[in-house]
Amino acid sequence: MKHLVASFFWAFVIGGLICVIGQIMFDVFHLTPAHTLSTFVVIGAILDGFGLYERFIDFAGAGATIPITSFGNSLVHGALQEAEKHGLIGVLTGMFEVTSSGISAAIIFGFIGALLFKPKG
Amino acid sequence: MLKGHRTWVFHNQPVIISTATVGGPFEANGRLADDFDLLHEDLWLGEDSYEKAHKVLFEEAFYKAIEKGNIEKEQVEFIISGDLVNQITPSSFAARTFGVPYLGIFGACSTSMEGLALSAFIVNYGGAKYLLTGAASHNTAIEKQFRYPTEYGGQKPPTAQWTVTGAGAALLSNEGKGPAVTSATIGRVVDLGMSDPFNMGGAMAPAAVDTIEAHFRDLNIDADYYDLIVTGDLGKIGRNVALELFEKNGVQMDEEKFQDCGLMIYREGQPVLSGASGAGCSAIVVYGHLLNRMKKGELKRILAVATGALLSPLTFQQNETIPCIAHAVSIEFRG
Amino acid sequence: MANEQRKLQTKIMQEYYQLEKKNETKRPVVQNCLRAFLVGGIICSIGQAIQFFYMYFFHFTQQTAGNPTVATMIFLSMLLTGFGVYDRIAQFGGAGSAVPVTGFGNAVISAAIEHRTEGFVLGVGGNMFKLAGSVILFGTFSAFVVALIKTILIKWGGF
Repeated sequence: MKHLVASFFWAFVIGGLICVIGQIMFDVFHLTPAHTLSTFVVIGAILDGFGLYERFIDFAGAGATIPITSFGNSLVHGALQEAEKHGLIGVLTGMFEVTSSGISAAIIFGFIGALLFKPKG
Repeated sequence: MLKGHRTWVFHNQPVIISTATVGGPFEANGRLADDFDLLHEDLWLGEDSYEKAHKVLFEEAFYKAIEKGNIEKEQVEFIISGDLVNQITPSSFAARTFGVPYLGIFGACSTSMEGLALSAFIVNYGGAKYLLTGAASHNTAIEKQFRYPTEYGGQKPPTAQWTVTGAGAALLSNEGKGPAVTSATIGRVVDLGMSDPFNMGGAMAPAAVDTIEAHFRDLNIDADYYDLIVTGDLGKIGRNVALELFEKNGVQMDEEKFQDCGLMIYREGQPVLSGASGAGCSAIVVYGHLLNRMKKGELKRILAVATGALLSPLTFQQNETIPCIAHAVSIEFRG
Repeated sequence: MANEQRKLQTKIMQEYYQLEKKNETKRPVVQNCLRAFLVGGIICSIGQAIQFFYMYFFHFTQQTAGNPTVATMIFLSMLLTGFGVYDRIAQFGGAGSAVPVTGFGNAVISAAIEHRTEGFVLGVGGNMFKLAGSVILFGTFSAFVVALIKTILIKWGGF
């Protein structure tokens, strides 16, 4: 039970802090959302290159898997896993193996959304 | 007749014989709801796209204006109108419905007064007996084009403004009764290096000040000549900046006399951040609320200064700054 | 970079910039950060709950639960976007709703919904990635570079 509460606590705090960094990029550095999120994704990729993101996930749980930084992490992860098995070409072929759910979900639900909904303004 | 550097004086007194204003749901909840001829409950207006609804705003305003002016559509010689959508398609498609010779213009949010200035000039010199002019904007059609998809979660800063959904049209003639257009000052493009598309007021203020000062200079008058000097959509920030610029330039401008259409349309409590904007903003307030006040005798002489920001989403991506323009038209009611 | 651009401008422009900045309503940075923290934290907590749900009821492991969790979160963002609620949450939460993967979903889904009026092929298909495309581009390319460098270092450097 204590483990459960701790998980929620860290997910909340770490996820919240990552969002605060994003907000600072919006308000202080006047970056657009597209610039900010692209930066986050690249940071996630670099952190996994150093082997740090998996440890981050172990500690923060959803606080590390839900922010967009985890996309960068999964892409690198997939690429490295394939590269281990098949050499350099794996870098290209493996990338979307682990991340596919996020992007597929966005595409599929985007299309379904367009079928079902009208914009509300 | 040209007076000074860029002001036309209309000695034949072209008259605004009727006007019409149409608004959307947000405007219906606003402060000037009673001054509208037509108000809509939603943004679709029975059409299947925002852009088509935008066209309907124009059509309704045009038809209502000629109905109130007691003339037939066939008697109108020309339409001069424009909006903010790419290639001003709502305006052109409405002109298609109307079937009258058409001059499309683009002045961003200064379109209304650009149209009124040109229309008054043409009517004054006998180029038309009846001329319809108008401007319109549609909140979601414009958000979709200039900013983000309307359901996108982009947080707007406090300097942002709310695009009005509405159209204003005016019917001009050399004969008849109504407020007269007495002069117009054409703006030049002013760019002082502002580049934040979420802060239009701050970018447009210098253009407004430039045109108003030119108007005073050309006609050798000052702010006392008018009961009200109203800008199109400077919003809270643009208005404060303009007042400070007037002070810095030694031009006397009374705070009570210097108003902004963008600050008049909505109530406190409506989430419009810095104020309203859009090509329809100045059209709705001038052709509706302000001319009503003139007819009631509350105002005798007003100077309407519509302000526009001449950027596009592309110029922003290409790291360009925001050039702006303001056109001023004086309207006087001789009773 | 903004400062360099300022130096290239004329004196008049610089003076105007100072005047305008004085009158500009400042963004409430602290308030926005607190709201972002709150909204971001709540979204991640919901994600944590969903993850536990998949782990205990569907026997996913800590590693594999991430996939269905992300898909579920994006499904939720479709509902919120479609019902016109997500943009209101975002005006309050700012980065708190843009940074989580639900923000990515919202970017794709809102663009898809908006451009239906131009048809499904050119409208929806052609515009869907208007906002999210840069995330996919930079994510993929940076992952490629990182993985390439690491693989080369491992193979030839013996790391």
